[in-house]
Amino acid sequence: MVEDRPFLNFLAHLVLVIGVLIVAFPVYIAVIASTHGPDDFLSGMIPLLPGDRGLDAYRAMLTTGLSTSGAPPLGGMMLNSLIMALGVAFGKIAISILSAFAIVYFRFPLRTLAFWMIFITLMLPVEVRIFPTYKVVADLGMLNSYPGLIVPLIASATATFLFRQVFLTIPDELVEAARIDGAGPMKFFRDILVPLSRTNMAALFVILFIYGWNQYLWPLLITTDSKYYTIVTGIKRMADVADSVPQWNYVMAAVVLAMLPPVIVVVGMQKLFVKGLVDAEK
Amino acid sequence: MAGIVLEGVGKSYDGKTLAVQGINLTVADGEFVVLVGPSGCGKSTLLRMVAGLETISEGTVSIGDRVVNKVEPADRDIAMVFQNYALYPHMSVRQNLAYGLKNRKMDRAEIARRVDEAAKILEIGEYLDRKPRALSGGQRQRVAMGRAIVRDPAAFLFDEPLSNLDAKLRVTMRGEIRLLQKRLGTTSLYVTHDQVEAMTLADRLVVLNGGRVEQIGAPMDVYKRPASAFVAAFIGSPAMNLLPAVLSGGTVQFGGGRVAVGDGLPDGRITLGIRPEDLRPAAADEDGAFEMPVAYIEELGSQRLVHGSIEGEDVVCAVPAERPVGESLHLTADPALLHVFDAQSGARLN
Amino acid sequence: MKRAIFGHKGLPWLLLAPQLAITLVFFIWPAGQALWQSFLRQDAFGIKTTFIGLKNYQALFADSYYLNSMKVTAIFSVSVALVSMVVALLLALALDRTLKSSKFYTTLLVWPYAVAPVVAGIMWWFIFNPTIGILPYLLDQIGYDWNHGLHSQDAMALVVIASSWKQISYNFLFFVAGLQAIPMSLREAAAIDGAGPVKRFFTITFPLLSPTTFFLMVINVVYTMFDTFGVIDATTAGGPSQSTMILVYKVYRDGQLGANLGSSGAQSVILMAIVVTLTIVQFRFIERRVQY
Repeated sequence: MVEDRPFLNFLAHLVLVIGVLIVAFPVYIAVIASTHGPDDFLSGMIPLLPGDRGLDAYRAMLTTGLSTSGAPPLGGMMLNSLIMALGVAFGKIAISILSAFAIVYFRFPLRTLAFWMIFITLMLPVEVRIFPTYKVVADLGMLNSYPGLIVPLIASATATFLFRQVFLTIPDELVEAARIDGAGPMKFFRDILVPLSRTNMAALFVILFIYGWNQYLWPLLITTDSKYYTIVTGIKRMADVADSVPQWNYVMAAVVLAMLPPVIVVVGMQKLFVKGLVDAEK
Repeated sequence: MAGIVLEGVGKSYDGKTLAVQGINLTVADGEFVVLVGPSGCGKSTLLRMVAGLETISEGTVSIGDRVVNKVEPADRDIAMVFQNYALYPHMSVRQNLAYGLKNRKMDRAEIARRVDEAAKILEIGEYLDRKPRALSGGQRQRVAMGRAIVRDPAAFLFDEPLSNLDAKLRVTMRGEIRLLQKRLGTTSLYVTHDQVEAMTLADRLVVLNGGRVEQIGAPMDVYKRPASAFVAAFIGSPAMNLLPAVLSGGTVQFGGGRVAVGDGLPDGRITLGIRPEDLRPAAADEDGAFEMPVAYIEELGSQRLVHGSIEGEDVVCAVPAERPVGESLHLTADPALLHVFDAQSGARLN
Repeated sequence: MKRAIFGHKGLPWLLLAPQLAITLVFFIWPAGQALWQSFLRQDAFGIKTTFIGLKNYQALFADSYYLNSMKVTAIFSVSVALVSMVVALLLALALDRTLKSSKFYTTLLVWPYAVAPVVAGIMWWFIFNPTIGILPYLLDQIGYDWNHGLHSQDAMALVVIASSWKQISYNFLFFVAGLQAIPMSLREAAAIDGAGPVKRFFTITFPLLSPTTFFLMVINVVYTMFDTFGVIDATTAGGPSQSTMILVYKVYRDGQLGANLGSSGAQSVILMAIVVTLTIVQFRFIERRVQY
């Protein structure tokens, strides 16, 4: 702060408070709606104050699901989302750190080609090659399966580049000292590189967990068996029905449940989250 | 324990030009040899070839009686101390010391014994459970030494280990390294660009320039009889005066005076070397004395350095602290303390 | 470039194998398929295919729906980038003035990043629901009849708001980082030179923030082009009358409706070309900023 002007300080706080309110507004509405009974949505306006149903909607959604739209309980869907998010996060970190290790610490023929092949994945988000990829996964018999949900998403140029950056900042002398200390490449990787990249891995994990949890188009396409629905795709299927049969309280309870885990991760690990976000864009 | 032998060792990075060439050197068992030279002279490359961190393009390196050209660094029975210490930042001091022993599958009791012993020698016992970042520069330096000691290797390799320390600590650690090496009697090869460090530490010096050996010898021999103008300029502080001159009949005409250089030298252009402390103030009318106008004086406390110029060449003369100096100084030099170098090749002539 | 490396020849390939295998099978092969198909025509029964060169592309660029989709995508991307960046910059500037409580505000502002686009879409869809939504009710009070199911502008406004809401937190964090990177002494010097807060922003802060702004511009365009699929699907599904049919959503819809593979391939290839262009722009920029 350059000079002390009470009015400007007040204005700053005002802007921030308004910002916080705008950001929170949709979620407030969703939480309120989830505490009402279905009849409160038949006409008039969305309620703005808490209803009398408490956590009933959540209980119903987690255990029995929305019978009218044939949706299974959310508990199972959340588990699927968790499996997918963890699978994508761990998978991406594992294959990226290995390839970054290969690229930084070895010289081998066609190294540049390998580097470019990885780079290409940066340019091909799943959305742009959606049907050919679907066909590949279908041909491999991976529709309606966890590997089908996870594996096609775990190649990552961003994570590989991030680890490459981290490795490049590790002094050469450390490798040399390790070599003199009798450590081969894999021992060096396990004893030195992995421990030294731990914070970066944790930060990346936060970002990738959110990425995996929030995947929509891909699971929507390849899961037709409700056993493999993730919560994000499940909600949409529910909401489609809710438009004709207003069960907003249930839909909004599901909305809150769907965003709770990633939001908790971001708020609880804010420092790692910010680091992950900034690192990943370098 | 073992010595190190280098025979015709050369290094080329591009397959054409040699960064280091024709190095022959024998380091005796228990000897402390210092490789010294300006940056880019190839001293670090040479050390890294001995360590196995660089491939050897020509010649052979032997440690003990074994040629190690193709041997992995871990299997050469050497330990290395790096300029930036290269301590593993995520491991405690104890783990740092033990890492190399663990990788060699040494049994745990023996590892603990060695670590404790090294810690005692280096007085780092109380830091054993700290991480390197919680240590000062001097402490890290000791840990780096400790990592070498625990291995009990055939040879220590030091790559400018004191460069990251401040001036005062550097002097202390220099002494400690020397004492430690004497006590352990381990063959050591030490790289530095600092000629004072080289002089004070070495049993023998290897002066390198442009990838070649200029001179090998005991520090005082190198100081007293530098083999080339390069060595003469590099070793000794303040640096030797090197003056272009013409030799005729064993004498040199100089600044209105005349210096007898000695017999048996061919007439012609030479570079005359005189150490500042070998220039002696003389009476104005003394035979052969030459005159130097004084530009400025540096006070060192124990002596004063008088800077001036003779025939356009800068000359430095060291005189005792209490000696008064006027606007000019008459100087003379003992012929036995003069160094004569070929004007072209720089090779010593006398 | 590392000086110290390991000499093994086979090991690096082993380490790269998982990444390369997945890239080949799920990225390069499908992308190649899309490219190949974009040059082919399939007959109605899917039995015979003929090579027709660039005809699929010509057809696309002659298709008014496709051209409309391009226009919609451009308007949508630029709007979301502008709205979310302006709001984020405002918040970041305000945060920069509050020293003590900045962490508190940051926590309250960043969490929407964690909300899935489709979930954000559903929430805003609920708020803007023409029958019971709160905002249409308020708009009705001032005489505006909101119905994103019927009015194109309303639909566009809805998807822009929902997409921007989610993106503010990201832009905010980068603007805060950008502001913190500007040395305080510069602003102090300007203050001593007599520049007030507003003048200081336009002559010192904003110009020094331009690398961040440019970077965010590219990132936001990429985000709106590809990651907002869920927002569109949850709110307007591209309607009404194609007014929010962005390119990514069109590929999906055409594919679902069983459009011919050639056209679908050509659409994918055009999208890839756009991503490649944006990635190169982004990387050239980053390379200038960060020395490898």
